[in-house]
Order: sequence, then C-alpha cells, then structure tokens
Amino acid sequence: MPKLKIPKSSPAIDMTPMVDLAFLLVTFFMLAASFRPSEPVTVNTPSSISDKVIPENMIMVTVSEDGKVYFNLTGAEARKEALTNMMGLYKVSLSEEQVEKFSLMSTFGCSMKELPSYIDLPGDNRKEFVTKGIPLDSLDNQLKSWISYSNLAALNSGQTAYNEAKRKGLSPVANDFKPKFVVRADGKALYKKAEEVIDVFQELNLNNLNFVTSSEINPNN
Amino acid sequence: MAEIAEEGGGGHEKKGKKRAKKTSTRVDMTPMVDLAFLLLTFFVLTSTFSKPKVMSLAYPAKINDLPPGESPKINNGITFLLSEDKIFYYTGEFYPADRPGKDGPTKLTATDFSASGLRKVLADLNSYVLLRKEGLVKKVKAKQMADTTYTREMEQLKGKPEALKVLVKTDDKALCKNFIDLIDEVKIAEIGVIAPVPMLPAELKLLETEIDK
Repeated sequence: MPKLKIPKSSPAIDMTPMVDLAFLLVTFFMLAASFRPSEPVTVNTPSSISDKVIPENMIMVTVSEDGKVYFNLTGAEARKEALTNMMGLYKVSLSEEQVEKFSLMSTFGCSMKELPSYIDLPGDNRKEFVTKGIPLDSLDNQLKSWISYSNLAALNSGQTAYNEAKRKGLSPVANDFKPKFVVRADGKALYKKAEEVIDVFQELNLNNLNFVTSSEINPNN
Repeated sequence: MAEIAEEGGGGHEKKGKKRAKKTSTRVDMTPMVDLAFLLLTFFVLTSTFSKPKVMSLAYPAKINDLPPGESPKINNGITFLLSEDKIFYYTGEFYPADRPGKDGPTKLTATDFSASGLRKVLADLNSYVLLRKEGLVKKVKAKQMADTTYTREMEQLKGKPEALKVLVKTDDKALCKNFIDLIDEVKIAEIGVIAPVPMLPAELKLLETEIDK
C-alpha cells in the first residue's frame, strides 16, 4: 500500500493584504473620527425626528439626570470675554493662564466661587468635582449672568466673523453668525428643572430654543 | 509567521571563501499587524459619527399683563397634561367642575406615547392639515410644484385657523423625555403652533384625581 502523501505547505501566511486592509481602515477611522471633548457629565438625550444638526455657534445649558445645571459656550474668544465680565461682576480673580485654560474647556457646572479650583484640576479629575451645578435661584442667578454675558460676547465675535466674511467678498447671512440657544436635558431629568432653565432664557427675552436630541426615523417618510 | 534564521549548529567552520550571509527578504509583520489592529479597535470604539441633532421650539414671549390663573384663549386647541410617563388631554377650553360649560365640566382622556395612542389622536384632530399636505406632496412628486413653494404652502397651512393648536402643561413629576416625546409627536403631526404654558390649579387637581384612579 502506498503511503498517503501530505502536501507540505509553509506555515507562514502572506499577511500583506490583511495589513493593507487594516491600515486602510485605521486611516479611514482616523480621518473620519471627531473627538468629543471630555464632559463633566454624561447626558442621555431623548430622540426626535428632527434632522437639524447642532449649531456651531451656540450657548448650551445642560440639565443632568440629577437636576444639576451646566453651561457651555463655543468660541475661545467669546469664552474669554464672557469670563472676564463674570469675574468683574462676581469679584473673582483669575490669572491670565487660568483664563486661557478656561477658554479651551467645554461644559462646566460650578459657581463662580468654585471656578478657580475647578479650572486648576487636571482634565480627568473634573468629572469627580463635587458641585451643585450653576446656581440659578432668584437670590443668586449666575446662569442668567452667564447667558447674558455670553450672548453679548458671542454676538461681538459673530460680528467680527461676519465683517471678515464680507471683506472676503462672500455674501454671509447675518443670522448664521448669531449664537443659538441650546438646552440639553437628560431624558430622565425632571421637566420642572429644565423649565427653570427655560424661564431664565425667557427672562432675557430669548425665546427660540433648541433641544438636543438623538435622531430617530420619521414615520412620515 | 516568524521566520527563524537557521544557522548551522556550529562546529565545523570552513576556512575557505567568505560567503555573504543570506538573510531572508521577508520581514516579520506580526508586530505591525498587532499595532494596526490595536489602533483600528481604538478608533472604532472612540469615534462618534453622528453629530447630535437639535429640535427647535419657539416659546411664547412672556406676557406680564396676563392675569394669573388664566391661560390665553385659543380656538381649535388641544391641551395636553403631562405627568411622569402619563399623558392626558382635553380639547377646547377648560371648564372646571364649579363652572361647567355647555357640555358639563372638562373630562380628561388618557392616552400613551405609542403610535396607536398619541400619534393617532393628533392625526385625527389635525386631519385638515394632513389631508392638504398629502395633496401638496403629490404635486411635488409629480414635479408640478417646487420644493420652496411646498415649504411656504406648508407654513401657511399650519397657521390657518382650522389647523390644530397644541398647549402643553406639565406637572412637577413630568420628565424631560415625556415633554420631548410629546413635542416630537406634535411635529410629526405637522402642527405649527405649540405653546408650553403653566398648569392651572384646577387642572392640576383634575389631573391628580385622574392619576389616582
């Protein structure tokens, strides 16, 4: 009986195609990914059929599940200007370095008194910072001051950007450069809390609000 | 896989010609592949693609001269009363038990956030707009109407007196999710006028007895 011959094949496989593919995917994800800046609180927003993308130039107030209020403003220049005004109003002094650091931060939720120590924390520890959120009761309505100063600052920087666009020969729409007001409320937060925030906006005569939602399918289409 | 350079077991070295060392042209790629996949996994897990969306809602400007305890009067309106994961509604004006209208005092009807509940209620009551919208959509699909005209016509349609108007009132226990879900359904039903207004004490009382049932 002849012996069965097992064909000898090299145990080494040519991995080049796999490596090619892996690197292709890596490149794709690297270019396509946008990183979210670390937020001090996680918010699970409800879903809606709206397909409007979150505006670039905005003032955002976040209401977390436990009812704390956080604030965010886009644009480093506007942030600096708003903070400088707030420092004057609440008599809190910050170093130039701290102001610079603040301008690059995102959402924060602490009173003016707590702000210096909050800024000094390294990024990872900000999530653990114990705070009651931004005060918004009638005695100490810091949220109102934040919104009104931020609105002014954002309008100023928007005006500069508008003029710049006009100088370049584009035909800018003035409304695109105005800040939009965004409320980001956790689905499980009490509406009463969100209403308090909305009331603050309304007191300042800012009635066009946007709610952050995740998208869902429109049954009409 | 790793190619192990095989060398002679030592021992007999010949003193003859020096030979150029033969090295394999293959490079071991395993570490590179490892790294590539590690990076791939990292980017897949950390990247966020869909930017969050926003839903616009214009709040009515604060009216200071409205007497307290009275909500603005509107025609052809439906009022939703929201509590924690519960939703009730009544149509038309509110008549408390001590001041009944011609059909007696207002009764609340319970519904839910599902497609067969809230969506159906709104679609039935707002059939005026929805029927006309269908006609407009057909025209757009048949290329008899431009998109811009459609948008303008829809805006006009939503503002007509026959179109349904929605008042939203919430109690202290209502969650943001309930509110957003309701506004979402209202937008699906193509309703243009949405007004979140404070709840009257009589309405709250009625709502509470309805929940306790």
